Parts: sequence; structure tokens; C-alpha cells
Amino acid sequence: MSDDFVLETRQLVKEFRGFVAVDHVDLKVRRGHIHALIGPNGAGKTTVFNLLTKFLTPTRGQIHFNGADITYAKPAEIARRGIVRSFQISAVFPHLTALENVRVALQRSLGTSFHFWRSGRSLEVLNARAEALLADVGLSDYRDTVTVEMPYGRKRALEIATTLALEPELMLLDEPTQGMGHEDVDKVAELIKRVSAGRTILMVEHNLSVVSKLADRITVLARGAVLAEGDYATVSQDPKVREAYMGKSDDAAGGH
Amino acid sequence: MYQKALYTALLLLGLVAPYAIYPVFLMKVLCFALFACAFNLLLGFAGLLSFGHAAFFGLAGYVCGHVLKVWGLPTELGLIVGTLAAGALGLAVGALAIRRQGIYFAMITLALSQMVYFFFLQAPFTGGENGLQGVPRGHFLGVVDLRSDLALYYVVLAVFVAGFWLVQRTVDSPFGQVLKAIRENEPRAISLGYEVDRYKLVAFVLSASLAGLAGALKSVVLQLASLGDAHWHMSGEVVLMTLLGGMGTILGPVVGAATVVTLQNYLASSPIGSYVPAPVVLGVIFVLCVLAFRRGIVGELAALVRKNLNLG
Ligand SMILES: Nc1ncnc2c1ncn2[C@@H]1O[C@H](COP(=O)(O)OP(=O)(O)OP(=O)(O)O)[C@@H](O)[C@H]1O
Ligand SMILES: [Mg+2]
Repeated sequence: MSDDFVLETRQLVKEFRGFVAVDHVDLKVRRGHIHALIGPNGAGKTTVFNLLTKFLTPTRGQIHFNGADITYAKPAEIARRGIVRSFQISAVFPHLTALENVRVALQRSLGTSFHFWRSGRSLEVLNARAEALLADVGLSDYRDTVTVEMPYGRKRALEIATTLALEPELMLLDEPTQGMGHEDVDKVAELIKRVSAGRTILMVEHNLSVVSKLADRITVLARGAVLAEGDYATVSQDPKVREAYMGKSDDAAGGH
Repeated sequence: MYQKALYTALLLLGLVAPYAIYPVFLMKVLCFALFACAFNLLLGFAGLLSFGHAAFFGLAGYVCGHVLKVWGLPTELGLIVGTLAAGALGLAVGALAIRRQGIYFAMITLALSQMVYFFFLQAPFTGGENGLQGVPRGHFLGVVDLRSDLALYYVVLAVFVAGFWLVQRTVDSPFGQVLKAIRENEPRAISLGYEVDRYKLVAFVLSASLAGLAGALKSVVLQLASLGDAHWHMSGEVVLMTLLGGMGTILGPVVGAATVVTLQNYLASSPIGSYVPAPVVLGVIFVLCVLAFRRGIVGELAALVRKNLNLG
């Protein structure tokens, strides 16, 4: 049964000088799902992401990916195994163009990344693939735009294109729609739905209408611990969740 | 396009310069320019501030001097062995320092280079305070007699151009692209699967090797390897040259080195120098540079040109 789950954490704990940010979390992400991780600010969602991608070392507990124990793997190795994350704060290479951003992700596959004597032109063989990825996320017009000059929503789309370049088996998205206007939110949500084909996505998301539309399964985190888990209907009916996450509001889909 | 024309003009200038300007002075400028280019590769393109680069510059000077004077080997071998020695030291220092970030990285490189300095001070082969004197210039490839300043100048120019080219190539290469990505957003580079420490280490070793080549070259030019080249003052000077010229620009370090060496020469020979010591003048320039024109000479000029192009 266990290989139905791409990712599994067992009793995962992270303490910061005695403060428990992640508290015995058992998380199981089913292959092919879009799994949402939600919870109030400071619940520990980003910390869980950092643990999963080894940017932080767990205090206790284990992490299994495709059945292998990756609790003590190194962050770059995690990426090579097929887990690629995005960041809560936009993670682009600001002074590279959109095309170059995607190419950075693609070029590792060439095996020339240490070749300091080789001309940069040798990377041009990747252009077609990079352009296709940009087109995928609707960024063809930004091909040669330096990333700092792109609108915020487009940067997030570029991040997704860069992540997709690695063809990750498991994509971790930390608040992909944060700080976006309505239109952009819809675009990105649609994009996530589209790219979820053939892979698994674990995403942190505050926008509950996005969650309700996309997520196959939802885990609610509060004060570092799992408060509830299930599909949207189950979770949104849960009185504990309504209290902790939605406050006094009765409007479950109201969001943030 | 412009770039190619500019480089061609500069190369031509370099070829005729010794007929107008004292060649030994020019060679000194070229040595320091190469040193600053090597340093800029690390600071400007990998975002690593080393405060110990004098160790590589100084070590290669001693090694090259020793190879030429004591072992009596040909000049080019002296340069090569000096460069390799600096690269090896770079590997050791880099391996220890690279895991640290920012100011801690700078402090570790400083501390290690101080250890190297005290080793040179005590070691018998360096000649202590007097330095390793009377390094023979020898013959280049066994034919060109380098006792002639003019002949040596062209060898130095050729080595400089090769080093400069290598730095630019590295910046432009697939490796350089990863370095830029690391400098721009390290966590993102890691999350894309890059072992960033290894890339930084390679950049560090390259930079140390080229700094060594510059130091070895200088010991041939001045026929002297001295303790001053390994002193932390020298580490500071190369920081100054790079910032003054414009860090992260290709030509900045060359301009910065030329400015600093010219200034030092001027202060050493003019009466002003006896009232105001050179380090004070350099210190003032450094402060002005940091406060008023952060991009450095070349950086500010490039910004001006870009502005005018946008307006026009
Ligand atoms: N490196 C750290 N050192 C100390 N405390 C930390 C560290 N990182 C996170 N924390 C604390 O852990 C708790 C969980 O933080 P985390 O960023 O995981 O929350 P989050 O659920 O992602 O919140 P948000 O919705 O605001 O992004 C917070 O109280 C935070 O202050
Ligand atoms: Mg967060």
C-alpha cells in the first residue's frame, strides 16, 4: 500500500530553541493528488516545506519519498530525486532574463555546468525547450525581459515554468497566488491544475476558493500540529477548523 | 559590437604603450590589473568577499622566485608552478571558508591568510623581511631574453590578455551562468539541484590561481618576491582596486588597478607624498567611492552611457 503515497512524514518535529514549530506531523501525500496544506499564519506550513526540502533538519521524525528515507539527504540532492519547491517569496533570478531563468534549471541536464572554459553559446541548444516552457505558462512575450522588470504575477508564473523544467515528480508550491489580483489568481490556479497532470503537487495556499477548486485533499495545520484532514467538504465543516482557521467567520470560502 | 571595437582599441593601446610610458610601470599595472580581475571574478560574479587574496598573490611570487632562482628552471615553468601552488592553497582555504556566509567568510579568509603571512615571515626560503631578491628573469620559451624590459613587457601583456580572456570566458560560460544564479538567489539555485558549495569552491580556486599568476608575474618583473605582497594590506588594496574600478564589470578592475598604481607612484615621487602618506589618500578615495559612486568608475560610466542611449 505504501507506494500509493509519494511522500510520507512520520512524527515530524521541528523545534526552534524550545519553540515547537512543527509538532508530530504525519503527512501522507497520495500520488497524483493536489494536496493542500492550509492553516493560519505561523502554523508551521513553510517550516514543513523547509523540512521536506532539507533547508531545515528535523529535530525528530522521518521523511520518506517513494519509500526511501530522505530525512538526512541534502537539499540539492532532494531536487535531483524529483522534489522541487517554490518559495513563499518570489524565487526568480532577478537579473537574468525569463529565458535564462528557465535555462538555469535546464542546463544541469547537459552536464556542462562546471565547464568554465566553454562558451555560453553552448546553452543555446536549450532555447527551444525553454521557449516551450515559457509558452506553457503564457510568458512567450517576456522571453528576453529581465526578470526584475516583470509584473509580480508573471514572476510567479516564471517560477512555475522554471520548476517544471526539472520535470519534478513532486512539486511543492508555497503560496503561489499570494499577493496577486483576481485575474492572476485565476490564471495561476488554472496553470497549476494543468501542470498537475502526471505529477503530485503539495501546496500551501491561503486562498480558500483556490483550494476548494484544486485540492483533492487538504491537511489543516494549527500551531504546528495537524488539526484536520480530508477533502474540502469534510475539512470546511469541521468545527475545530472553523474556529482555528476561519475565526468567527461563517464564510468558509471567504479566504484571507 | 562596441565591445569588440573597444577591446581592439585597448589592445592596440597596450601594444604601443611601452614606447610612451616606462615599461616597468606598465608591467606593474598589468600585474595588479590581473590580480584585480581574479578578485573580481570571485566578488563580482560569485558574490564572495575574500579578505585573504594576498596569500595567493604572495605565495605564487615566492614559489615562482624560488623555482627561477634556486632551481634555475625556465621562466614559464616558474609562472606555471607559482600559479598551481596558489591554486592548491586556494583549494585548502576555499574548502575551509566556503561554508560560511558573508562576513564570516571574509574573516576566515583573512585569518588563514594571516597564518600564511606568518609562515612566510618565519620560513627560511622567503628571505624574511628582505624578501627573495635577485630573481632572474631568464628566457621565455628558451629564446626571448627577458632582461630587456620591452621583451618582458610583451610577455606580460600576453599573459595578462590570456588571464583577462579566461575571466571573461568563465563569466560567460555555463559555469558562469550557474554562479550568477547562485549570487542572485542561492536558495533557489539549491532547490534546482545545484550543489552551490562546489560551484563556489571552483570559482574560489580559479580566482586564487589567477591571483597567483599575477603574483608570479610580478616577482619576475620586479625580480623580487616580498613579504608585502602577502600582507593583509595587499588584500585590502585589491578590494579597493576592484570597488574603485567597478565590481562585477569586466573592465572595472583594470581601471581600478591602473588608478591605484598610478596614484601610489605619484605619491611616492611627489612632495605631497611626504606630507600625506599614500594609505591615507587611498583610504579617503575608498570612503568617497563607497559613499558617492558605488558602482565604481566603469560602473558609473556604463550607467551614464546607458542613460544617454535611452534618452537618445
Ligand atoms: N528559523 C526560525 N527560527 C525561529 N523560529 C522560526 C523559524 N522559522 C519559523 N519560525 C517560527 O515557526 C512558526 C511557524 O512559521 P512558518 O513560517 O512555518 O509559518 P507559516 O505557516 O508558513 O505562516 P505564514 O502563513 O505566515 O507563511 C512561526 O511562529 C515562526 O515564527
Ligand atoms: Mg509560510
